[in-house]
Amino acid sequence: MTLSSVEAATAAAPTPERIERIRAAAFRIRHHALTMGEVQGQGYVGQALGAADMFAAVYADQLNYRAGDPHWEGRDRFLLSTGHYAIGHYAALAEAGIVPVAELETYGSDDSRLPMSGMSTYTPGMEISGGSLGHGLTIAVGMALGLRAQNSSNRVINFLSDGELDEGSTWEAAMGAHHHQLGNLIAMVDINALQADGATNTVLRTEPVTEKWESFGWYTQRVDGNDVGALLAAFDNIAAVAAPVGRPSVILCDTKVGRGVPLLETREKAHFMRIEENEWQICRDQLTAGYEGAASA
Amino acid sequence: MSTTTTAKPKLKTSAMIASFADPGQKTMSAPFGHALVAAAEANPRIVGLTADLGKYTDMHIFAKAFPDRFFQMGMAEQLLFGAAAGMAETGLVPFASTYSVFAARRAYDFLCLDIAEPNLNVNIVGGLPGLTTGYGPSHQATEDMAIFRGMPNLTIVDPCDSVDIDQAVPQLAASDGPTYLRLLRGNVPTVLDEYDYKFELGKAKVLRGGNDVVFVSSGLMTMRALQAADALAKHNVDVAVVHTPTIKPFDSATVLKELDTDRLAVTLENHTVVGGLFETVASAVVTAGLGKRVVPIALPDQFLDAGALPTLHERYGLSVDRIVAKVLSELG
Repeated sequence: MTLSSVEAATAAAPTPERIERIRAAAFRIRHHALTMGEVQGQGYVGQALGAADMFAAVYADQLNYRAGDPHWEGRDRFLLSTGHYAIGHYAALAEAGIVPVAELETYGSDDSRLPMSGMSTYTPGMEISGGSLGHGLTIAVGMALGLRAQNSSNRVINFLSDGELDEGSTWEAAMGAHHHQLGNLIAMVDINALQADGATNTVLRTEPVTEKWESFGWYTQRVDGNDVGALLAAFDNIAAVAAPVGRPSVILCDTKVGRGVPLLETREKAHFMRIEENEWQICRDQLTAGYEGAASA
Repeated sequence: MSTTTTAKPKLKTSAMIASFADPGQKTMSAPFGHALVAAAEANPRIVGLTADLGKYTDMHIFAKAFPDRFFQMGMAEQLLFGAAAGMAETGLVPFASTYSVFAARRAYDFLCLDIAEPNLNVNIVGGLPGLTTGYGPSHQATEDMAIFRGMPNLTIVDPCDSVDIDQAVPQLAASDGPTYLRLLRGNVPTVLDEYDYKFELGKAKVLRGGNDVVFVSSGLMTMRALQAADALAKHNVDVAVVHTPTIKPFDSATVLKELDTDRLAVTLENHTVVGGLFETVASAVVTAGLGKRVVPIALPDQFLDAGALPTLHERYGLSVDRIVAKVLSELG
């Protein structure tokens, strides 16, 4: 993990037990994502697998919520700005007990509560309607302001993708969060270096990403987004260093599309990944083998 | 060679915030700001936001009264409305102000998806609606209603004067979904206190009866409609005036009842003839099968000139004289 901010990390390293608990959650989230992907025969499985560790760290470690009462006033807010990552978010909501696991197979079907692109009006636990990219962080700024104005200690975590760094509104929100000293706001950027028309560096060069966020006044950490220990440590650092001084925080997460399933990790990168009918079981087997292999290693 | 010089004629100038009040007309200062303060005293959930236009949308009155409930978002309209949505999600009732052009053109996607789709109680306050500035197309929101009418869930209010604004603000705060207010700011004429009138969200009101012509008007054009009705009386033309401050949802029942007569029907609006009050009325007339001609008085479908407001209102047909001439020519 590289820590780019001027503040030194002060938090103690996460315990192996905590890391293992989140790894297990991430494994189940990946498994759920494959289940949903198989129903559709295609879709954003690659992104869901890549971001599964981020979702797991949020739902299994960070977020304060009540599974049976998704609108509980005392909850932390998790906003999915990147609407097409809904498949990963639904998997996380199932892991969190907010959406029944059995319902996942309705993903993307008519009359399902789990549409392809995430919408707050459809799904319990879905705070906003993402999909038009670059919206999430602006809403997150308002939520963080609104919660603080009502003396709530709850936090707002906004998930966005590196593609959304193309949108000017993301940077309007970045300035606003710093100006209003929103220590209760955390952004997580999934840097999978891929967007609809190709590799991010060929579509619109967003690097140097770390320096951009730092110059906007954010407490900035860049980590391997598929390293659960690094993700947890980043959250711990925020709690120790940035939140108390009213500084918004961003965790820049370098992730690998298709992570956990070698067949997909090595496939030609595509925004919308095609997987053949006979490949789903291979994906599941590879996922399980990888998870168990790493656990026993 | 003569040494005498002739004085140059004094030029009319185009102030950004030009008042459309007539000389000597009764006005009220910053009715929106004061109404919002009054509403906020009654409702602790009301907050105010602006995008670097607090002073120019009368939001500064609220900011001074409630500094802890006022949020300056900077010249960032996408953030302004996204953040307003986020605040509403936490249970607050935001009033977010900027110029109408920036709300309608620049931040449409944020209003549409973050506010209207989840049907949040966010109240959008747009300054300089229609032709209320001489600054040219960058600031003249001549098509704001056309843009916004297609947005589901959004209530659109085009107030006539300080009475409308004063009475509308608490009703906007109390209504559940999103609203858009075409703000009149600064010294705003006070007109409707002369009539037996109360603003009711979603309702059209007959301000005066008349046997020959029926005006259907909204916004500041209701003031002009009433003035034109007085002027036409001197030509022995008897004019009724129906004020429709809520453009959407539109009170078709009241308007159609007035239009289902032999009187000349005229719509008057401070907006392009495309997609505003005229087409709202025309659509109601056709849907009801009235088979009646409706004459629009509206801004032309073009980018308007810069200049002084009185000059431009005369040029584009919004002045009382132009209204009177139009009606007399229609009556033959």
